[in-house]
Amino acid sequence: MNTGTHTGMPHGDDAHAAPSLDRAQVTLKREGAGGLPLIAGALGVVLLAVAFIVGKGDPAQLFHSYLFNWVYFAMLSLGGLFFVLLQHLTRAGWSVVVRRLAEAVGATLPVTAILFVPIAFGVRAIYPWASEAAAHDPVIAHKSGWLAPGPFVVRAAIYLVLWSLLGWWFWRQSERQDRMGALQITRRMQSVSAPSMLVFAITLTLASFDWVMSLSPRWYSTVFGGYLFGGLAMSSFALLIVLALLLQRRGALGGVVTMEHFHDLGKLMFAFVVFWIYIAFAQFMLQWYANMPEETNWFAARLNPGWLPLTRALVVGHFVIPFFFLLMRDVKRVRWGLWASALWLLLMEWLDIYWLIMPSLYHDGPRLRLLDVLTFLALGLLFAGALAWTLRRRALVPVNDPRLVESLAFENV
Amino acid sequence: MSAAAATTGTVWGALAEFDSPAALYKAAERVRDAGFEQWDTHSPFPVHGLEKAMGLKRSMVPLAVLVFGLAGAAAGMGLQWWVATRAYPLVISGKPFFSWPAFVPIMFECGVLGGATGAVLGFLGFSKLPRHHHPLFESKRFERVTDDRFFISIEAADPHFDRSATVQLLERAGALAVELVEEPA
Repeated sequence: MNTGTHTGMPHGDDAHAAPSLDRAQVTLKREGAGGLPLIAGALGVVLLAVAFIVGKGDPAQLFHSYLFNWVYFAMLSLGGLFFVLLQHLTRAGWSVVVRRLAEAVGATLPVTAILFVPIAFGVRAIYPWASEAAAHDPVIAHKSGWLAPGPFVVRAAIYLVLWSLLGWWFWRQSERQDRMGALQITRRMQSVSAPSMLVFAITLTLASFDWVMSLSPRWYSTVFGGYLFGGLAMSSFALLIVLALLLQRRGALGGVVTMEHFHDLGKLMFAFVVFWIYIAFAQFMLQWYANMPEETNWFAARLNPGWLPLTRALVVGHFVIPFFFLLMRDVKRVRWGLWASALWLLLMEWLDIYWLIMPSLYHDGPRLRLLDVLTFLALGLLFAGALAWTLRRRALVPVNDPRLVESLAFENV
Repeated sequence: MSAAAATTGTVWGALAEFDSPAALYKAAERVRDAGFEQWDTHSPFPVHGLEKAMGLKRSMVPLAVLVFGLAGAAAGMGLQWWVATRAYPLVISGKPFFSWPAFVPIMFECGVLGGATGAVLGFLGFSKLPRHHHPLFESKRFERVTDDRFFISIEAADPHFDRSATVQLLERAGALAVELVEEPA
């Protein structure tokens, strides 16, 4: 296996230098935010309790708000796992300096899995196929083998346990390499990444069918998993940019994650802005063209006068603006450009998930309710707390990765 | 060195030979710092970072791609609009004449075609290609540029060019040999 650390630069004296990272560059300073994971976690739990008390009288609202915010944060943590799998699968050298951040994001998946529990109890409040009326609808009754509360929860448990195991495993292996420096660990992670990517693709597709698409049980779109994946991949790069920028503001990763790495993360983020609209439009155009009622109902619910403004805003905000903005090279190489585009796209991903889920509750147009805000804050704080915990456990960079030198010296040509 | 040997014809420029990418890189920095604009480096393989040593400005090709790409997309959509609403309007599955979603894939493809065309034409145009001959091909020494030698050529058309001073600069920059290249007769 070629894990050579030379970059092939014929003149590159710097390429052969040993990595000299001091501890301050690669660890989070503990003073200042001593109990951040604990504080964020406790506050999240409190807010969650408040949300459930406030929403007791209106389970439909409560569980829809919870579902869409949970899916949003689940996509973010799953994005971390996706990034790690992709880097190992392609034996990427450039990305080693940001891979630990993605590993830490993926290692929060067990928390995501635990937070699914309320949804398991809210199935009847969320999904039309679980209602009494569904039994009399021949189209839905035909799908009752798949769309039933028991199998739904079992499947969700399978997806979430698999993701949690993978997220945790990659984080732990990489951390073991920090201590032992064994090349073998890199080899093992590489060989596990290929079947894992397959598992990721299949489970994500099925999960998107179960959790989101089945909100309209008569409707189907075979590319729906790809649609959700487009947003997931885009926001995984956006989240890494935000994390690296945040850590650099706190004095870590200086000189480790350089503009060259940010530039590449920005390029990938841009690529998935395009991928998202490609899938979104492919999904729309075929059903618009055929114009068959059982297919167009889903779009009709989002193109009625109430929802049309948000649908348009999503096309402009999730594609047109970031496309022309990120098309420029320079904005991917300055901090304000990275901050602006990454935070904007994380917001757009949230809006996208809202747009996918909430029309099944509010038929005449978007609304923002207290419960939407409460569940967002609660789940956001729990995600942030879990992430802060995983980030502070170990070095911020896989310090013994065989490709670290290559990554530190990485330059865009 | 025998570099500044007397010449009879019009001098096209100076050609300096180097034996390694590192020597080429360092010499390029010196030529750049001397303020030359119309010069180039020649190497059997790409040398990373050489564009910095040469002080090259960013390529204009992306701009050509953008302009051609947008023009292609606009032309693709325009053509379909004209056909569907003006030249040959047909009702297809009860939809309006100008059913733009159906036209998007063709608009996209025309945009890609335009962008690719812009990349090829832009590259050729900004590189002043194609051309059938170049004065450097008159130099016997230059033949090794596809094998194991590295070269810097400075054109006489550059305002900083001075026959003896430029040759001296290249020699001091570590050239194995410097020669003056003439315009072909």
